[in-house]
Amino acid sequence: MNPSTRHIDRRRFLKTSAAGAAGLWVGFHLPGPLASIAADEVAAMPFALNAWVHVGTDDLITIFIDKSEMGQGILTGLAMIAAEELDCDWKKVRTEFAPAEKVYVNPWFGVQSTGASSATRTSWNPLRKAGAAARMMLIEAAAQKWGVDNSECRAENSVIMHAASGRRASYGSLAKAAAKLPIPADVPLKDSKQYRIVGKPTKRLDTRLKVSGAAEYGIDVRLPGMLYAVVARCPVFGGKLASFDATKAKAVPGVKHVIEISNGIAVVADNTWTAMEGRRALEVKWDEGPNATASSASISKLFAEKAAQPGYVARKEGDVEAALGRAAKTIEAVYEVPFLAHATMEPQNCTAYVHGDRCDVWAPTQAQTNAQNTAAAAAGLKPEAVFIHTTFLGGGFGRRFEVDYVREAVEISKAVGAPAKVTWSREDDFQHDYYRTASYARFTAGLDADGWPVAWSNRIACPSIMARFGPLKNNFDSRSVEICDSIPYAIPNILVDYQQAEAGIPIGFWRSVGASQNGFFLESFIDEVAAAGNKDPYELRRRLLAKSPRHLAVLEKAAQESAWSKPLPAGRFRGIATVTSYFGFVAQVIEISLNRQKRELKVDRVICALDCGRPVNPSSLEAQVQSCVVYGLTAALRSSITIERGRVQQNNFDDHPVLRIQEMPAVEVHIMPSELPPTGAGEFTVPPVAPALCNAIFAAIGKRVRRLPISPEDLA
Amino acid sequence: MATQFTLNGKSQTVNVNPNMPLLWVLRDTLGMTGTKFGCGIALCGACTVHVNGAATRSCVTPISSVAGKKITTIEGLSTDRSHPVQQAWVETDVPQCGYCQSGQIMSAAALLAKNPNPTDAQIDDAMSGNICRCGTYQRLRQAIHRAAQLYTARTMSGKKRAHDVVRSAHVAEVAAAGDPR
Repeated sequence: MNPSTRHIDRRRFLKTSAAGAAGLWVGFHLPGPLASIAADEVAAMPFALNAWVHVGTDDLITIFIDKSEMGQGILTGLAMIAAEELDCDWKKVRTEFAPAEKVYVNPWFGVQSTGASSATRTSWNPLRKAGAAARMMLIEAAAQKWGVDNSECRAENSVIMHAASGRRASYGSLAKAAAKLPIPADVPLKDSKQYRIVGKPTKRLDTRLKVSGAAEYGIDVRLPGMLYAVVARCPVFGGKLASFDATKAKAVPGVKHVIEISNGIAVVADNTWTAMEGRRALEVKWDEGPNATASSASISKLFAEKAAQPGYVARKEGDVEAALGRAAKTIEAVYEVPFLAHATMEPQNCTAYVHGDRCDVWAPTQAQTNAQNTAAAAAGLKPEAVFIHTTFLGGGFGRRFEVDYVREAVEISKAVGAPAKVTWSREDDFQHDYYRTASYARFTAGLDADGWPVAWSNRIACPSIMARFGPLKNNFDSRSVEICDSIPYAIPNILVDYQQAEAGIPIGFWRSVGASQNGFFLESFIDEVAAAGNKDPYELRRRLLAKSPRHLAVLEKAAQESAWSKPLPAGRFRGIATVTSYFGFVAQVIEISLNRQKRELKVDRVICALDCGRPVNPSSLEAQVQSCVVYGLTAALRSSITIERGRVQQNNFDDHPVLRIQEMPAVEVHIMPSELPPTGAGEFTVPPVAPALCNAIFAAIGKRVRRLPISPEDLA
Repeated sequence: MATQFTLNGKSQTVNVNPNMPLLWVLRDTLGMTGTKFGCGIALCGACTVHVNGAATRSCVTPISSVAGKKITTIEGLSTDRSHPVQQAWVETDVPQCGYCQSGQIMSAAALLAKNPNPTDAQIDDAMSGNICRCGTYQRLRQAIHRAAQLYTARTMSGKKRAHDVVRSAHVAEVAAAGDPR
């Protein structure tokens, strides 16, 4: 176990009374066979000052991270926020992943989870207050010790000082006394002018673990007596098991069990490879069910049929029909995108141990509460009897908001009576994802005699994510029209409506969700409007955003940094796009080289200007923009999930290529200064990538890409 | 069937199916989980280790094929993260989720042992088999250039601590192995 992921018995963890004694953190003890894996250093006694901040007698500060670290740097960012108000020595800060607990519920979702770029935004106030409250308790402890007034003491770099007498006490020496004090109710926060951590480019706290192979991901969890499982699942969505013959699978040496679970047949062995060999030998017949004839073509046809009919009106301003009737010029377009896989580098996996009246789950999950409830249902236990141990996540991107792998592991452990780890192969991962939905957009715009848009009509037809969780009101899902219903352009007549079109393919939350496809639709079509009106695409956006200062600022910044008004060298072209999602404002200019004869496209440079409120860690922000650009380019240039005979056709990184190092453009990041509360940056710079790129292709050869991924024919 | 090989400088014998890939022997049999499973068919590079110094995809390397050979994994690259590639990775803050980074680092270490001062094109060529879904490519390229500087400085200085002797021996293996792919 590495220090950042050691597992704590939560009953010993939380500060449960103002007296503090119950909050004394004395290590952790798990019963039975788990005791050995829980053995870990309990160095200097740490004391819980609240649910987020612990101070050790050795001065080590532990910040509890209640959000999942999936690469976005949240572990470092949240620690920075708490440490800022704690006035502690940053070099002495470490982190632990928090257990599933009510105190950590994400206010956006009512459950503990990490997603929708909510972590920084929702933690900003609670973590500042947690840090400040802990500082106040340490000051109070020092003041009591010295018999002076609190107001005479101040905190700096993990030391409390009394200026008048010159006395000093380290946080560690005060930790025990401070933990016995009540948590203050009224917690004043620092003036941001005093910040010395927040806003400074700061190295990640988890890098050292990640360069030595020591970081523990879900797939790395090992328990004494643990068995290894893989699952054969019906290749057709919505199908179910007809029959199976385990004889040949059981004949593979090392295969211990072949059992039916709710999601298919689990082959359980003494190592992962043997389980995979056993699954290869397994004979299964599936009842393929109603989706057996579904294909990408049939789904596209369904979308087109649905989009021919009016849908639920998500936004209406003015009178689009009348305005189109009066328009000097009208343009129409249809856009379409495919399903997409998340393709986290760490395949899905989970380790569970159902033993007696308790279930322990080690999972790389974005959704602790959901994992807890799902495990409880699968184990036949109450949620309180389920202990979720969050590991590092080898990528999340929304895939790990789902807990299908948790259910599998718990069912398997319960059935075989031993700790069990289920591991998905890459093929499993591509073929049983909750995909970014395919979607279809129709647009009509009307232009006046001067070429400015006066009417904007936009219909979206696609499946609904939220319909998975319960019936929709009016067949409307705002996620499906995410950002379409809030385009910031000053167009007097706007109509946006939605047609729910269910395709029978599991869909879910994929980095930037609805904005991932709708950003492509909107920012491509506004470019068409500019071209139809003979306007420069930057100048058109600039004029239509004149009354939206944050939009305008990033747009102008991106244009300025890319020297938009100056011509590019021969063979180089550029496109621009600006999208607002997840409270983040972003504009990108993408420069490409295009060889029409060879149908070859190279993305040379991405200039990105962003405003996400106050930047917490500019170094992490830069990394997130690079990450979003790669994610967006992969979707625009390479990847799609296609359906034939109800099955996903892609298997692995050969038929589902992703961006590699030789295709990486130079990404230039320009962060706007801001005093506004910060928002997360894991998603909002994805949506402008595809349209900025396709707008550059239009600038190069006058062809409009209306379907992703970009094909060689698009470049001819 | 018993297979003997050298793992991070120490003799190791395992008694497993001779077809079992080295990846799963490392991860499941020996509990060395720094080497990662990503695709299972040598397309992503997450499982990269050195076999007699050559960067090798352990997910498609049957254990029988490494009998008598020298294996180095991320755990054996250095005992204290002091390999120039690891140092450069820390300085440049390369990892995001980090899952692919063991493989990236092993590929980069093999490249530098063969070519201590690679160009961008040579870096792209050597690293094109390693996928990163977080998109750390830009910093990764920068870090390899930084590692090249550290590598050269260290070679020039001639100051070697105890563990460097192991590393140097390993570097010599890499250099002798020719094309790492």
